Amino acid sequence: MAFLDKHKIIEKNASILLVLSLLVVLIGGLVQIVPLFYLQNTIETVQGMRPYTPLELAGRNIYIREGCYVCHSQMIRPMRDEVERYGHYSLAAESMYDHPFQWGSKRTGPDLARVGGKYSNAWHVDHLSNPEAIVPESVMPKYAYLAATPLSPEYIGDVMATHRMVGVPYTDDEIANAKADFVTQDTPDADASGLLGRYGAKVTVADFDGKPGVSEMDALVAYLQMLGTLVDFSTFTPDASR
Amino acid sequence: MCAKPIKDDAKPKVGTTGHSWDGIEELNNPLPRWWLWTFYLCILFAIGYTIAYPAWPLIHGATPGVLGASTRADVEADIQHFDALNAPIKAKLVAADLTAIEGDDALKTYALAAGKSLFATNCAPCHGAGAAGVQGLGYPNLLDNDWLYGGAIDAIYTTITHGVRNTVDPDARNVGIYMPAWSDKASGPLADMATAKLSTDQIGQVVNYVLKLSGQTADEAKATAGAQIFTENCVACHGEDGKGNRDLGAPNLTDAIWLYGGDEATLTKTLNAGRGGVMPSWGYAAPGTTARLTEADIRAVAVYVHALGGGE
Repeated sequence: MAFLDKHKIIEKNASILLVLSLLVVLIGGLVQIVPLFYLQNTIETVQGMRPYTPLELAGRNIYIREGCYVCHSQMIRPMRDEVERYGHYSLAAESMYDHPFQWGSKRTGPDLARVGGKYSNAWHVDHLSNPEAIVPESVMPKYAYLAATPLSPEYIGDVMATHRMVGVPYTDDEIANAKADFVTQDTPDADASGLLGRYGAKVTVADFDGKPGVSEMDALVAYLQMLGTLVDFSTFTPDASR
Repeated sequence: MCAKPIKDDAKPKVGTTGHSWDGIEELNNPLPRWWLWTFYLCILFAIGYTIAYPAWPLIHGATPGVLGASTRADVEADIQHFDALNAPIKAKLVAADLTAIEGDDALKTYALAAGKSLFATNCAPCHGAGAAGVQGLGYPNLLDNDWLYGGAIDAIYTTITHGVRNTVDPDARNVGIYMPAWSDKASGPLADMATAKLSTDQIGQVVNYVLKLSGQTADEAKATAGAQIFTENCVACHGEDGKGNRDLGAPNLTDAIWLYGGDEATLTKTLNAGRGGVMPSWGYAAPGTTARLTEADIRAVAVYVHALGGGE
């Protein structure tokens, strides 16, 4: 077997083996990964998706810091029971500004992909502060300290610039106004026209935790209340080939 | 025994691979027949699978597969199948007069079953799995006879459809109407609505009057002083007799049922800082969004809540 004899050269030469193994792995990786970047249908075109506002982005960082993704998924699968319970199945486009995505892999608690607007701000504050007080059967930990922890917008512009480096289309204007927008979204009396002009009229401006000043609770609730509300499903037609 | 060379073993002579380590040689046994055929079958299966199902990425999209499999089409078909099964009864439910639903056995059975599961998913987080609300936090009990906005089926239906004090639905109940923060130290939107700024002493007097109204032990002198303040500031919503006003969602203060609590400390907190519970809108679709519940779903939940015990 002449072919197998040639294979002996690879078996006996570690460097060639390494190079050729790498080549095989690369081909496998490229076949799987590259099409995701050029195929038009991997990320569907939807209306309404926007980068997160500074306050929502800060809330998202708290969501990640507290490990919410360990018990909560943000991925409604295309199955009837999930769609009936949580709403329209999640689209790839809805994670397009997530770095990293928060799909999660386990549901100790319910899916949060469309939790935005489902409950009142006060409910989120009450529930995060002491979940068992509202849902007696809950095993979720208490996060009352979030309301007592002030959150500074000092670095939020840097966070946005970092997200821009990995592909989120934040404009210079948005980054320059990050600190102001951060505070404005938590101040119902403030003139929010700048914030709404930059991020769209659907942005919720409210004093999320009902207390003066921006706390981590404000940011997290702002993020939760936005989840799943961005895409305009009235203009969305699913492409069955996906 | 170990020293015995393998090639001298009694096993059939199958030759060696030619590899030799310190005199130990590797026999070139054929692969087990069952293993080899499983391997070949797996290869065949993989090829068949990539033909049958979406697999290979091409220039404009992946190969669709000859079976035309699509999870999205599947879930769509699945939902449509059950929607079609429920369509007649849902149409009947939407067309029916709200008050007539409970008189129709078929409609009632469907509405109660559908309402129960919808309630568990959407309403239970605030109102509790058993609909008893959360005492002291302002999530109303739906089992008793005490209703903020009315317990008739059409009142319940309206509350569910539009919610209370949410910023989304223009028809939400009580938009801009709150229990104000009466304390002279309070600030913010809730304080702006107060018709007077009350001192700590004055609030204590009103609290005692409310305690008296609800049949609890109260300081008579304070209560008498509080009655005057109550008449000046509170009767607009709670009524002269303190029995509340459903048009404004103002609670009855004369009974033993409390949204946030009827003890002195809680009443003081309520008067100082104000209250304004929010319920989301379940039937309103803001521009660019879809409503959370359909008309039939809302009617089913309304029937379910109405039948819980306190329905009027």
